[in-house]
Amino acid sequence: MAEEMRQFRQVTCTINGKKKTTMVDVRASLTDMLRNDYRLTSVKKGCEVGECGACTVIIDGECFDSCIYLAIWADGKEITTLEGLEGPNGELSDIQKAFVEETAIQCGFCTPGFILTAKEILDSGKLYTDDELRKLLSGHLCRCTGYDNILRAVKKTMLARHKARG
Amino acid sequence: MFDIKAIYEASSVEDAVRLLLEHPEAKIIAGGSDVLIKIREGRMAGCELVSIYGLDEMRGVTMTEDKDIRIGSLTSFSHIYADPIIRKHVPVLGEAVNMVGGPQIRAIGTIGGNTCNGVTSADSASTLFAYDALIEITGPEGVRVVPIESFYLGAGRVDLRAGELETAVIIPKASYTGYHGHYIKYGMRNAMEIATTGCSVNVKLSRDKKTIRDIRIGYGVAAPVPMRAKKTEVEVRGKDVSEETEKLIGKLVLEDVTPRDSWRASKDLRLHLCSTLAVRAFREAVRRAGGEIDG
Ligand SMILES: Cc1cc2nc3c(=O)[nH]c(=O)nc-3n(C[C@H](O)[C@H](O)[C@H](O)COP(=O)(O)OP(=O)(O)OC[C@H]3O[C@@H](n4cnc5c(N)ncnc54)[C@H](O)[C@@H]3O)c2cc1C
Ligand code: FES
Ligand code: FES
Repeated sequence: MAEEMRQFRQVTCTINGKKKTTMVDVRASLTDMLRNDYRLTSVKKGCEVGECGACTVIIDGECFDSCIYLAIWADGKEITTLEGLEGPNGELSDIQKAFVEETAIQCGFCTPGFILTAKEILDSGKLYTDDELRKLLSGHLCRCTGYDNILRAVKKTMLARHKARG
Repeated sequence: MFDIKAIYEASSVEDAVRLLLEHPEAKIIAGGSDVLIKIREGRMAGCELVSIYGLDEMRGVTMTEDKDIRIGSLTSFSHIYADPIIRKHVPVLGEAVNMVGGPQIRAIGTIGGNTCNGVTSADSASTLFAYDALIEITGPEGVRVVPIESFYLGAGRVDLRAGELETAVIIPKASYTGYHGHYIKYGMRNAMEIATTGCSVNVKLSRDKKTIRDIRIGYGVAAPVPMRAKKTEVEVRGKDVSEETEKLIGKLVLEDVTPRDSWRASKDLRLHLCSTLAVRAFREAVRRAGGEIDG
């Protein structure tokens, strides 16, 4: 084989509310693009084979593992990473506060992913049973806290939002 | 970075056919939840890909004029599960695909990938077999439709010729009207787990709910490819809805299935599962159909 011919493609997408364009190597995963081109390092590189959920991002309202999503597919999409949850003065969102309060974080490696899945769950506005929440959170692995505190944090926020809605 | 030699992005189904003919070595990538894993593991490293992921025309569930249910091959598991047509007419399929991996895998994984990978453990497969689904294939010569059973040629091999791609999975009106079913996936864990064995049973009962007018028993990991327990079905058709029939199913299916030993489970465990899961899925299918098994 001759020297490989590298293939690039322009990708325009909305990331955390802002429209962005960059040239990406067609071999890049969305994790690669978000971390390397946009410095969004909340998107973690864990297993890189779709097992652990550390790389989770929200694409058009649904959570995906960005490690097994080609960067070129992001063209035209709306993407949210954990950085997008921050308030204008760096405030934490309700779900992030709940993670802190319930000690649902230790090393923090799995946390951005869990919080984005929690965001998708909470934004649905539905009330789920504990079993349903467990199933909805099952695409994430945590090596530190165990899952009870995480479940509690999500449930607490779900109930608080429900109460606030009246 | 993935170890990929080149990617050709299709702009339409026609364009995909053209790209596949132009690059005979290239493999189709839909959601990539099989393909990208294989590339990472080195089993497909350095490959050429034709990406069809951008083809929205291949997404979505529709009811045709003839009341057949047409599922575009790129429809993701999460969208199939949430779809009102699926919920109303073929809920078992929604339930089955809702058992795939975890939520993020269900967001990216497609029903086309789940059938074209030719894998026996594919969670949609046994239920699609139980629904007598049809596979719509588009290629250089146009569209052809084949029964799902003949689509599978062997482990990991399906009936796709040069330049062809699967464009839809069809569940004909006659195969879901009046049928009720249930799918059971047996695995060591409740999530992020490939089925050790899976069984999907569909029944159609008589008006008085006492007789089995029709039964279809689909399996995953009971043979090298997904399959139907055809001999059992013939024997059971016309029998009473009873505990005796239930026991008969549990016994007869053992003559249909040919499971193997693997690192995941022994042949003996799988034989036991084939029998037990069929009985349990049958019982639940009957209950959903409004029937009752005494005892
Ligand atoms: C962590 C993890 C967990 C998983 N758990 C499960 C599980 O529980 N149950 C399960 O069944 N699967 C599981 N899978 C496997 C995978 O998600 C499914 O098989 C999925 O359906 C593949 O679809 P895809 O669109 O991602 O396929 P791709 O990877 O894009 O393609 C799969 C194969 O099909 C071919 N192909 C795809 N679409 C077409 C088409 N339209 N026409 C022709 N050929 C096509 C490709 O060339 C390739 O050979 C899991 C995968 C991962 C990574
Ligand atoms: S890094 Fe993507 S799922 Fe583990
Ligand atoms: S807090 Fe360390 S992996 Fe979850």
